[in-house]
Amino acid sequence: MVAGADHIDYQAPVDRMQHARRLHVWLLLLLVAVSLASLTYGATGVTLWGTLAKLWAGEELTRTEAVVLFDIRLPRLFLGICVGAALAVSGAVMQGLFRNPLADPGIVGISAGAGFGAIVAIVLGALLPVWISDLVGNQLIPLAAFFGGWGTTLILYRVSTRRGRTSVATMLLAGIALAALAAAFSGVLIYMADDQQLRDLTFWALGSLAGSSWTKFVAAAPIIVTALIASFFLGRGLNGLALGEATAAHIGISVQRMKNLAILCVAAATGAAVAVSGGIGFIGIVVPHLLRLASGPDHRTLLINSALLGASLLLAADVIGRAIISPAELPIGIVTAIIGAPVFLWILLRRRGIVDM
Amino acid sequence: MLSAENVKVTIGSTQILHGLDFSAQHSAVTAIVGPNGSGKTTLLKALTGDIEASGTYRLNGCDPAQLKPWELAAMRGVLPQASVLAFPFTVVEVVRIGLRSGTSGDHAQVVMAALAKVGLASYANRFYQELSGGEQQRVQLARVLAQVWHPVERGEPRWLFLDEPVASLDIAHQLEVMNIARDFATAGGGVVAVMHDLNLTAMFADSVAILSQGRLLQQGPPAKVMTNETLSLAYGCTLQVNTEPSETDARFLLPHAASLNDIVPAKSA
Repeated sequence: MVAGADHIDYQAPVDRMQHARRLHVWLLLLLVAVSLASLTYGATGVTLWGTLAKLWAGEELTRTEAVVLFDIRLPRLFLGICVGAALAVSGAVMQGLFRNPLADPGIVGISAGAGFGAIVAIVLGALLPVWISDLVGNQLIPLAAFFGGWGTTLILYRVSTRRGRTSVATMLLAGIALAALAAAFSGVLIYMADDQQLRDLTFWALGSLAGSSWTKFVAAAPIIVTALIASFFLGRGLNGLALGEATAAHIGISVQRMKNLAILCVAAATGAAVAVSGGIGFIGIVVPHLLRLASGPDHRTLLINSALLGASLLLAADVIGRAIISPAELPIGIVTAIIGAPVFLWILLRRRGIVDM
Repeated sequence: MLSAENVKVTIGSTQILHGLDFSAQHSAVTAIVGPNGSGKTTLLKALTGDIEASGTYRLNGCDPAQLKPWELAAMRGVLPQASVLAFPFTVVEVVRIGLRSGTSGDHAQVVMAALAKVGLASYANRFYQELSGGEQQRVQLARVLAQVWHPVERGEPRWLFLDEPVASLDIAHQLEVMNIARDFATAGGGVVAVMHDLNLTAMFADSVAILSQGRLLQQGPPAKVMTNETLSLAYGCTLQVNTEPSETDARFLLPHAASLNDIVPAKSA
């Protein structure tokens, strides 16, 4: 028993952590539901239930059914889960790091930097010495995106932080400048690109899971999963950082090490996600914000819940994108922007006290 | 025991502290006073590791620079002059942030006990950002108290570093906070506080360090160092130190005792 504390008998404080932990379960169920929808819905008419019924009855699947389910929808599902979780958790980590709920890898230019890295790999990858190509294999584009995102993050942090204090205005402006610079250099490379490369590059601008494959999944998943697991250990540090860097250090957090890990996680997760899915915006802002409203800002639960809800929302956007102009597909980046941009405006207005919802 | 020798701090091209010596004992409240710009907060920040300083510094016989952040956090808590909070945490969540990992049922009791100490137990579920500046400052004090709840652990004293802890408080809460500091010291912990109010300092401090222009003028018990000469020299105006007509022999200043004509510039004092 704690000396001096045993006589305290107050009404127990509301425990939002408990609520957030219960939310883990509900969000997991939501993810399962959206995953089933993602597996069952598609242009070909192959349904999950029909396929499962066939397997249950011991019938052989047709080649189309097997390809659609196992080589198209399944990698697309797993890649969608990885990308959605990566974008949402990166958003939550960035917001914690910059102590601002509007920070996001997309808004501050990290996605543009990662995209630039990927474009460099696509257009100039063939110029690399053979031994490097052999060494990195199919990891070249994710690696290039990773370093593009990482470099941008480091520059951004350096520019916007002075004497341990990060200026939000500088951060946003620096992000705009870096995104413009990345876009300019990307423009140069696009100008140099051939027709095939141009088709690949168009993919970046819109963001999509349409080209999902096991190869892409194998390339991106290890980086994303490692970054996600590492970022789940940032919870207490980011909570401390909410009180400022000095106070975070006073309560025993190794601030610089935590910041380095956070930057590494964001750069790795965003870089790999952008590499396989292109520029998908707003997941990183909308998901953590909704979760803060639902169960508070404690990063120890916010990061895990962000991963679950981010994955669900991205898969849902993918299903909507596939359904809305079937049998063609609307790229996810367009769907998330149509849903996310108004939500982003709502967050801004709410912060200014204009909308009270 | 806290001892700092030859502390020098230079920010940019300006030297803020000019090699001063400072010490503090456990079971005592040590106040740092001095006029604006004398280096009080800089000295505290040098002691808490917030800014780089040269010199020899020992806390409980250890060099804090050699300790891991969490080891240092177990040894001392720091209340900054002002705190901002980035996200909508509730009061109880803010206090909980100060706890070290491995939260248990006892820790939950500590959080509520710390809030009760600063008179804010009924505010546990309120949003921190909705509170007044003074209330926020008391929540921060509760957070620091929760961090170093036991003033002595494994025979070693723990320390509270307070930067102007009563700056935004009304007179009742000023006394409440100073009593909390006093209790912490009485229970065996050490308290180092930057203070502006000389009367509160004289009432609650066991030792007073008077700073002026980055140098230590004097350090010792209030009755010994809070003299007309030292304070007038430090603050650059004529100050009249009085003694309470009681057995406590406590010093006090009436800020308006000196007439305006007595206020003289520092260099001619």
